[in-house]
Amino acid sequence: MTALLEVKNLVKHFTVGRGVVRAVEGVTFSIERGETLGLVGESGCGKTTTGRCILQLERPTSGAVIFEGRDLTTLSEVELRPIRRKVQVIFQDPYSSLNPRMTVGQIIAEPIAVHNIVSGAAARAARVKDLLARVGLLPAHAQRYPHEMSGGQRQRVGIARALAMEPALIVCDEPVSALDVSIQAQIINLLEDLQSEFGLTYLFIAHDLAVVRHISDRIVVMYLGKIAEMSDRKSIYDDPRHPYTRALLSAVPIPDPELEMKRERIVLGGEVPSPLNPPGGCVFHPRCPIAVERCRHDVPLLRDLSPGHVAACHLA
Amino acid sequence: MTTYVVKRVLLMIPTLIGVAVLIFFLMRVVPGDIVELRFAGEGGFASKETLDIERARLGLDKPLWRQFVGWMGGLARFDFGTSMWTGAPITEEIKLRFALSLELALLSTLIAVALAIPLGIVAALKQDTWIDYVVRLFSIAGLATPSFWLGIIFILVLLVVFKWLPPMVYTPLWVNPWQNILQLIWPALAVGYRYSAVAMRMTRSAMLEVLREDYIRTARAKGLWQKLILTRHALKNAMLPVLTVIALEFAFLMGGLVVTEQVFNLNGLGLLFVESVAHRDYTLTQALVLLVATVFIVVNFLVDLAYAWIDPRIRFR
Amino acid sequence: MAMLETLVDVPEPATRAARWRAATLEFCARRPLGAIGAAVVLLNLAVAAFAGVISPYDPLATDYGAMLAAPNGAHWLGTDAFGRDVLTRIIYGSRTAMTVGFSCAVVGATLGAVIGVASAYFGGKVDLIVQRVMDIFLSFPLIILALAVVAMLGSGLQNVIAAITVPMIPRAALVARSSALSIREMPYIDAARAAGFKHGRIILRHMLPNVMAPYLIMLTAFLGQAILLEASLSFLGLGVSEPTPAWGLMLRGAAVQFAESAPWMAIFPGFAISLAVFAFNLFGDSLRDALDPRLRSQ
Repeated sequence: MTALLEVKNLVKHFTVGRGVVRAVEGVTFSIERGETLGLVGESGCGKTTTGRCILQLERPTSGAVIFEGRDLTTLSEVELRPIRRKVQVIFQDPYSSLNPRMTVGQIIAEPIAVHNIVSGAAARAARVKDLLARVGLLPAHAQRYPHEMSGGQRQRVGIARALAMEPALIVCDEPVSALDVSIQAQIINLLEDLQSEFGLTYLFIAHDLAVVRHISDRIVVMYLGKIAEMSDRKSIYDDPRHPYTRALLSAVPIPDPELEMKRERIVLGGEVPSPLNPPGGCVFHPRCPIAVERCRHDVPLLRDLSPGHVAACHLA
Repeated sequence: MTTYVVKRVLLMIPTLIGVAVLIFFLMRVVPGDIVELRFAGEGGFASKETLDIERARLGLDKPLWRQFVGWMGGLARFDFGTSMWTGAPITEEIKLRFALSLELALLSTLIAVALAIPLGIVAALKQDTWIDYVVRLFSIAGLATPSFWLGIIFILVLLVVFKWLPPMVYTPLWVNPWQNILQLIWPALAVGYRYSAVAMRMTRSAMLEVLREDYIRTARAKGLWQKLILTRHALKNAMLPVLTVIALEFAFLMGGLVVTEQVFNLNGLGLLFVESVAHRDYTLTQALVLLVATVFIVVNFLVDLAYAWIDPRIRFR
Repeated sequence: MAMLETLVDVPEPATRAARWRAATLEFCARRPLGAIGAAVVLLNLAVAAFAGVISPYDPLATDYGAMLAAPNGAHWLGTDAFGRDVLTRIIYGSRTAMTVGFSCAVVGATLGAVIGVASAYFGGKVDLIVQRVMDIFLSFPLIILALAVVAMLGSGLQNVIAAITVPMIPRAALVARSSALSIREMPYIDAARAAGFKHGRIILRHMLPNVMAPYLIMLTAFLGQAILLEASLSFLGLGVSEPTPAWGLMLRGAAVQFAESAPWMAIFPGFAISLAVFAFNLFGDSLRDALDPRLRSQ
């Protein structure tokens, strides 16, 4: 069976003044149907750009984004239109992701009308009501404007808008990191419920490993535009091989106070280097606690460590 | 900074070429040409041959692109050609008119600045008091009053009350300064009022922005004068938009005073433009438009330069 | 748990009409000067609409027995060189002024806004080219461009409207573009693109409504400018032509010629222009203050 989405050797560079920001430097992974892939890394690691390249909101510099067997990067804007509804997105900021001049009802109904998913105004209104119910909102919310709702409610509207297009894949770009902790869990649970109900596939982007742990089947850890480590959830958490993954994991609080006391903490020194001028050799070596001389010169390739578990580290 | 200046200068060239192309073809789209107007315009009749000979003499029989290339070639050598209507060199036609327009624009700017800056600052310092309201109403009225009508009223008052009319024939400043000022002060006042209204509003809002800064708020208790001194530094930045409107208005005055010139019977660039369009005097119109656009673009460039000088971040954009 | 947060509050959603009513009342209460301006604008519109009912004479009727009559009981604002009633012609002139003002402002601001927003939306080369073209148009003084268009099209009401509208478009585009640039980066625009909407829909439905505040501010500013420009063009004899009643036209020729003996001919039409533009500016200023988010917090 072929994967729903394959990302092959994705590269995205931005020209800024005279410099070139190497946001994504050759990223390859795939997502199976019905799976949730967690994409984790600090801000500036290229995870959001990867998501935007998959959505074709940015055109990649090179590489392929193969969705249901078609390379989206080769398609024109017009050819993309019918495919776009199959790949949807939920944004981080629930305040700026909804058009402030449209009511919630209009926001959800618009894609239904444009793609003629349901025809007839009455049938569309019924579908909007149905979608609102699915995401835990009331029919009356359809009359509201986004600014009249709370952050959690707005994020539900964003989810309903994505669902309205009956997508196969949803790119969730840090969908809960702008929300209160109590509401984060609700939204994650909602996303899980919807996944089993509609057989959705998620690319779940997050900046720490705590959030994705609950929802992901497999996890990709990115650092400075490259994949550091990729594996299924269990081995990432139980057997992290890349020092960067270990550092990220050590920042995740453990609910058990005794364990929390005992474990060692890896605190990364320094800032993430600028993607304008990434370090040579292994991009992680300036901050790496176990780096050796070799890491300064040789770029580590992704190596298979065990079936399905890869890492880019000479010492892994 | 040098690269920024060079970049900005280079950017001016395509804009100027665009202006040249636009006016060149706009003029040729306008129905009727100079030959028809001159020979057939006065109710007279001229044979087709006469018209053709005249057209050939003016070079109007050549293909459009060759006319355009010829014009551009002349411009590159700073040769503006001769007026199609009078036959005189265009530099001669424009010289005196330009002096008059420049003087009028400078005088109006002087009046506007003298009115706008103090009034704008006082209005901001006394925000929401009756002083502020009076100044604002005065400035909104300035925007609403057509300068040419104000000019008419001036003439009317001078005529009825003082039984005196400003001199009607332009006397250059270097010939008779007193006569010159007596003549130009009235249109400059009429234009300066509207101009000052624009600048005053900008001054007031720029000043308010500065006053909103925290460290100035804390100085509320102190007197007005201290407040002004405190704001001196921030004022330098805040005055940039004021400088901008003053500069752009000035550029506008260099060609846009058509109606006021008409009222005061002044032969400035504006009226010359109207005449040259009416005569379909292609060469003169083109030269005029290019001149006015150049003034505008250069003034814009200087404003940008001022911004870049005060705020270095702009240079790298 | 999931339902807890969302079920708490669902107040009656205010209807669109109620929202507008509340906003209007607030505007009148907080900005009395603006409200006065708006009232004068409405009055002016009413005068223009009912000119036939309220004006005492026929605007074209000449009365050679009462040429250049000073203001009196029969002719409140006097008569002109043809014995036409000045008040009547001012009332009818407001028709020309309002027609020109609203057509130019609405068409100019709207076309300009669409161009500016589209330019910001597409970005890249399109934006660069549009900006350069706008730069070219902007380097002509407004009146010079208007004169060029009049020369091309000839005079007459429609052509005057076109002549005044053309130079307004790049000015509107400039303003709309600068506020659209930040909207272009909003996630809801990305959402619309990801939804596969066409460019036209994104520009018109998603971006344009969000530049409403600068659009309205431009519109009111243009209204006044258009009336002033129309008066200028008519005064030069390049606007609407006699005998159509227009304020600028009334100031032309005889008004200046007989300024000493019949000053009412020069004074009153000018007042009409000033008052109309004054009202628009007063309203526009307050509208800007009310819509400008930076000032809102005050």
